[in-house]
Amino acid sequence: MSPALEAHASTPLRGFSLEVGLTVRPGETLALVGPSGAGKTSLLRVVAGLMAPRSGRVALGEETWLDTERSIDLPAERRRCGLVFQEYALFPRMSVWRNVAYGVDRPHGQRRAAAVEMLERFDVSGLADSRPVSLSGGERQRVALARALAAQPRVLLLDEPLAALDAATRRGALRELRSVLGELGVPAILVTHSFEEAALLAERLAIVDRGAIVQAGSPAEVSARPRSPFVADFAGAVVLRGEATSEPGELTLVRLEGGGEVRSVDSASGPVAVSVFPWEILLEPPGGSPRDSVLNRVDGEVASVTTIGNRARIGVSVPQPLSTEVTAHSAAAMGLRPGKRVTAAWKASATRLIPLG
Amino acid sequence: MRRGSWFAALATLAAVVALAFLVVPVIAVFANVGPWRLLDALDEESAREALWLSLRTTLLALAIVIGVGTPAAYLLASREFRGRALVLTAIELPLVMPPAVAGIALLAAFGPRGIFGPAISGAGIELVFQTAGVVVALVFVSAPFFLRQAIASFAAIDGRLLEAARTLGAGPFRAFATVALPSARTGLASGLALAWGRALGEFGATLLFAGSLQGVTQTAPLAIFADFSRPAGFVSALALSAVLILVSAALLLGVKLLGGERALEGAPRP
Repeated sequence: MSPALEAHASTPLRGFSLEVGLTVRPGETLALVGPSGAGKTSLLRVVAGLMAPRSGRVALGEETWLDTERSIDLPAERRRCGLVFQEYALFPRMSVWRNVAYGVDRPHGQRRAAAVEMLERFDVSGLADSRPVSLSGGERQRVALARALAAQPRVLLLDEPLAALDAATRRGALRELRSVLGELGVPAILVTHSFEEAALLAERLAIVDRGAIVQAGSPAEVSARPRSPFVADFAGAVVLRGEATSEPGELTLVRLEGGGEVRSVDSASGPVAVSVFPWEILLEPPGGSPRDSVLNRVDGEVASVTTIGNRARIGVSVPQPLSTEVTAHSAAAMGLRPGKRVTAAWKASATRLIPLG
Repeated sequence: MRRGSWFAALATLAAVVALAFLVVPVIAVFANVGPWRLLDALDEESAREALWLSLRTTLLALAIVIGVGTPAAYLLASREFRGRALVLTAIELPLVMPPAVAGIALLAAFGPRGIFGPAISGAGIELVFQTAGVVVALVFVSAPFFLRQAIASFAAIDGRLLEAARTLGAGPFRAFATVALPSARTGLASGLALAWGRALGEFGATLLFAGSLQGVTQTAPLAIFADFSRPAGFVSALALSAVLILVSAALLLGVKLLGGERALEGAPRP
């Protein structure tokens, strides 16, 4: 069992200061979600040893990597964090396999074999002798991941790993990344500005704004009970899990885990994540059968009501956690409070499916 | 006639004049001496000695420039510190310094009556009228050409590549040797070619600091002047000049080819 990562850092950035503390258990993925320039990447750099904060402490279990009070600052090469850079930072002068072998600690003759083995895992072993410049965005991302993992990192750090990809490639890469993170036995931190990505890849997330964690918790928790309008705006996607079946010419049917069915215009089959924005979801009294264009109706129970200014986030258990946003006025008029039965409704065209298979 | 065509004609004329003026003297060197007389002249002891001395001293100077200059340039390119701009300007000063001034400056520092003169002779080292003195002069005038280019090349490297190397377990030296050096390779090579060209043509500083002793400090440019100064030595001077032109042209071509390779690098490979 590998140890947990602990990091505390305090350091001035442009215009504000980074003041963050976090703990990541082995095998867990923590997502840092927030707008560009919030200090997410700086925190990754502090953990990796590429940036020294004014004060702070970073430790992996019993091993202290950084302690400004005790003047400990282990150089990056001895921390062995697998860092996947935003634009991947592949070595342009080296072939793909040499990139992947760079961090492999094996005798000379075995390094190529080790690199190719790792490339096979990502289905890109055919590119072993290519140069990074000739690869597509998706291929570069796989090679960058393979390079980071081949070095047997003790912590995996991902800086916007999907941001450089086009939408179509991103879906496949997301699924792949999920399986990598699922098998990885070390603490992982994912930096992203997409709440949806965070909800799909991480067990826990922390919303970062101007250098500070403004709210942390599970994606469903944060989405259902945002502590501020900022978090409410950022925690902008509901992610439900289910099993999809596709029939030609028909909408895709998804049976949700724990009960309920929804339909989507996206095609998929097998395990999927169903993603919908809170502001697309309407709440209705239960049992009605309105004849409108809204196709998806799921019965549930109000779990939480969080008023933020003139609007309210309503957490609904269907029984998977789902959150929706209504005006504070409607919440009062409908008598929404924990325990009340409601029906959540949204259009099939507002329902996105992300294959998880 | 088209409007403005008088200007096009004038510009063409200017281009022809410029080209002719720059190329004619070079052609004249070869036109004045037939290839056989040229080879005969090179057979002279003093000419061969001068060329051989030039080759040895410039190569030694280059080795020193590379060995000390490369890590120094890497440091200067990757660190931010107070007075960095001043340091970079100081490094470039010899570029614009008249060679005679460089010679006087070297004498003032390392000559027998210079600041470090006693210390140097105390250590049993002699520079003036010695081949070692030639090397000192060559290093002084050529190093800035290499340093400038090397600093620019190292500074142009994407810092994340070096950081990636570090996170993959490479210490600072391995990151430098495996990532920074290959990335800066073309820039370093073209800086080297320029420095070599400058060292081969070095005249004033060498003459003032090391003198012009045949076989000891008389490099090819000094030999050309010596030939030129004696009666009937013009042919020998032409022959040596022809050799230096060929070597310089080869260096220039090398720089161009390296630049071309760099320009092609952005294109995807098949």
